[in-house]
Amino acid sequence: MRSYLAEFSVISPRSLDEALWALKQRPAPAPIAGGTDLMVLLNAGQLPPGAYLNLHSIPELRRPIEFVNGEACFGALTTYADARRHPEIRKRLPMLCLAAREIGALQIQSRGTWAGNIVNASPAADGVPALMAYDAAVELSSASGVRSVALADFYSGYKQTARRPDELVTAIRIPVPEKEAVQYYRKVGTRKFQAISKVLLAGIMVLGKDRRIKKIRLVYASVMPYTYRARAVEAVLEGRVPDGAAIKAAVAALRSELKPIDDVRSTAAYRLRVACNLLEEFLSASSPSRGEARRG
Amino acid sequence: MTAKISFTLNGKPWTGNVHPLKRLLDTLREDAGLTGTKEGCGEGECGACTVFLDGQVVMSCMVPTCQAEGKKVTTIEGLVSDGDLHPMQDCFIQEGGAQCGICTPGMIMAAVAYANDPDSAEDMREALAGNLCRCTGYTRIYESVKKAMEKMSVSEIR
Repeated sequence: MRSYLAEFSVISPRSLDEALWALKQRPAPAPIAGGTDLMVLLNAGQLPPGAYLNLHSIPELRRPIEFVNGEACFGALTTYADARRHPEIRKRLPMLCLAAREIGALQIQSRGTWAGNIVNASPAADGVPALMAYDAAVELSSASGVRSVALADFYSGYKQTARRPDELVTAIRIPVPEKEAVQYYRKVGTRKFQAISKVLLAGIMVLGKDRRIKKIRLVYASVMPYTYRARAVEAVLEGRVPDGAAIKAAVAALRSELKPIDDVRSTAAYRLRVACNLLEEFLSASSPSRGEARRG
Repeated sequence: MTAKISFTLNGKPWTGNVHPLKRLLDTLREDAGLTGTKEGCGEGECGACTVFLDGQVVMSCMVPTCQAEGKKVTTIEGLVSDGDLHPMQDCFIQEGGAQCGICTPGMIMAAVAYANDPDSAEDMREALAGNLCRCTGYTRIYESVKKAMEKMSVSEIR
């Protein structure tokens, strides 16, 4: 343990109101949910000293997963294990289960939270791309009110998020996609499981009766400085039949849209190439030459 | 800053004055005197510090003690009942599932969790994937767990 605990204080609020009140302090205490990011930093002596807000003491945040008006609703403390075990999530939002499986071992999945994955804002987050591909919205609460932000608009740069220091993520709303939606989630890492991603693509595509793309979402992790929705490529594909020519045009558009990061895990050139390969694999799954659409 | 923190430890109430961010691992070893739980990496990669928190496997090096408040904590010491080892512990001894012993308490906790709820993972290998062992090469561990699961009748699972 390389941190000196006396430099840290913890507020354990008994209600959400008390927590939101505490967040008005300057500097605002940093929320701690499952601790799978912050406790590692604490042990390494890299956690900034100061005040922390323990979310586990707040009863309002410990609610189970609910389905309301065609949307799944996660609370601030919903874990990866909660989603993996939920029969409706497995059936209706399967990418969330695939994502949950990618996140560390079972011991991590039982502690780590979806809200924490969003707020921690790692470009290599495994849970965020699946949520973003499903058009999830983030509910932010503060003492002055509640607002909802589309997850796709939540990030503006490396570790830059729409959350103000006085705000807490109190819910994540995930619309259930159309039954016929083709879903694709693939993480490329140095080994099959329990490895940080080099490139990850979460995709969702809905084809019309004419086989033209009605809706498409392409979300990449570990490629850009934050979880990135490739909107320009989506625009190229919308309204087209995902045939060979469309795939070629999409890959060309992706090449100009992405400016991949270059770091110790992978070079920018490798990331760009793998990002294109994943896009091609996803789109080919629904290409007319491959017959019926299938899950990626 | 310390705080009074209470939880159920191996079936008995436990209360201590500890810093709320103190790792549950350290509270168990230093304040509760239960040194069966080991520290390996201290960053959630190795599983040596695995305990149950309200029945779920967690890495105790990543749990701030304040988040155990009011919950049930079970450590390797809590598997013994009336002085008898848990069948999983017996099988690790019989099958050579333990060598140096550092990974063993965490490995056994993960194995018991899987035996209690086989639906919690796709298979045994996934259930134990968060627990690293540098001695056995895992084969003996898998054999120990398989044997224990055969031996454990439903009534014995705890």
